[in-house]
Amino acid sequence: MNASSLINLFLFPGLLFAVPAAWFFTWGEHKATARMQRRIGLPLLQPLYDFIKLMGKRTPERHGIENDLRRFYPVLSVLSLLGAIALLPVFPSHLNFSGDGVVLVVLLELPSLCFILAGFTSGSVYGKIGASREAVLSGATNLVFLLSFVAIAATRHTVRLSELAGPSANPGHWIGVVGILLCIPAKLRLNPFSTSSAEQEIYAGALTEYAGGPLGFWKLAHGLEWFALTGLVATLVLPVAGGWAIHALLFVAVCFLQVMLLSAMAAGTARFTLERSIRFYWQWAAILGVLAVTSAIWMGFRL
Amino acid sequence: MSILDKLMYQSRCKSPSVLHLNTGSCNGCDIELVTCLSPRYDVEQLGIHLEGSPRHADILCVTGPVTRNALEAMKTEYAQVCEPKAVVAIGSCPASCNVFAGSPVVAGPLNKHIPVDVYVPGCPPHPDAIINGIARAVVILAERGARQETQGGMQQ
Repeated sequence: MNASSLINLFLFPGLLFAVPAAWFFTWGEHKATARMQRRIGLPLLQPLYDFIKLMGKRTPERHGIENDLRRFYPVLSVLSLLGAIALLPVFPSHLNFSGDGVVLVVLLELPSLCFILAGFTSGSVYGKIGASREAVLSGATNLVFLLSFVAIAATRHTVRLSELAGPSANPGHWIGVVGILLCIPAKLRLNPFSTSSAEQEIYAGALTEYAGGPLGFWKLAHGLEWFALTGLVATLVLPVAGGWAIHALLFVAVCFLQVMLLSAMAAGTARFTLERSIRFYWQWAAILGVLAVTSAIWMGFRL
Repeated sequence: MSILDKLMYQSRCKSPSVLHLNTGSCNGCDIELVTCLSPRYDVEQLGIHLEGSPRHADILCVTGPVTRNALEAMKTEYAQVCEPKAVVAIGSCPASCNVFAGSPVVAGPLNKHIPVDVYVPGCPPHPDAIINGIARAVVILAERGARQETQGGMQQ
């Protein structure tokens, strides 16, 4: 592993940058919601204060494997998302390898899996309901997400992320990007696809029994999920041009713009029922996914 | 107090999670508490946020005179809030049972069953008074947390 890989992993866009960025994006999400409701909203350092406060809470004593699993799932989510962020080809790096796109998709899927398992191991009825809703929604979303990613990969005949970065003349690429954008609200449990964390129905869903440090890690994972998913879209649409500093700034700006727009959309919409959410992804969004793949393959032959 | 202790104290002061618990209230105090979240008062700008699960909360805001039906649920909810925690009694009902005093279905006042840190009097109290009560509870919570950590460190 050389210097550029280490920079990607630990400096930018990895650990040192990703964690503050995750808190910043969490702040952006709540701020956009507050502004949509004509409120001032939370201070800039609020996610940081929340995290530190949760680290100081005394969590209930539990014994056996359940206790270890409860601590393991949020840590695994944070680590997998940090890995996914480090793989994003913001700068040319030796961390990229052939097939890293597949690894990225797997790493983006792990937090959702951990969330589901956390809900089922919590023992809470609300946790189990939240986890089962997340499992069903995840199954519906992943079809579109994978079809969109396959379409983007088909336009360039590769799954290497550094070669997938940047815009393309193939319409399949852009339909794929729209498909991924459509999946982000469900992956982040935002309105109108927030059935798995519907606080008016099931309190905090899968995280109802979580407290203290593990809950802090779940909140951090949510911010990192924002960064990883919006970062993936940013790498797919941003042309690689200008100096590294300008490119990095543009990358963060595009990510933050997506955070604000998706949060504003979430604040302006009501929650769909689970059935309606599934129908949306399996009917309408799936058509978009199939169209993206067809278009990408068809144009791939013509270009 | 070390820098880390100061940071923890400040974080506790700036990030109070509130759990609203109705123990047989007429809903007057509940309406006023929820008003605090509205654009006019917007307590989120002070870092105060309402949580659905007692595991996520720091401050328990109790309304109502504590009916016999709600008593066990209230004790369970109080036990589920992780330390450090504080309790705010909102309105006259949890403080004195108000007009429900002497009723056979009322088991209050609140301090007979759980320790209360701040009383916010009124029937119902004004949202400003509720915010003031939560702000007082936040200081108690942060000091209690610091004290518990010192005692925990001394025991170790």
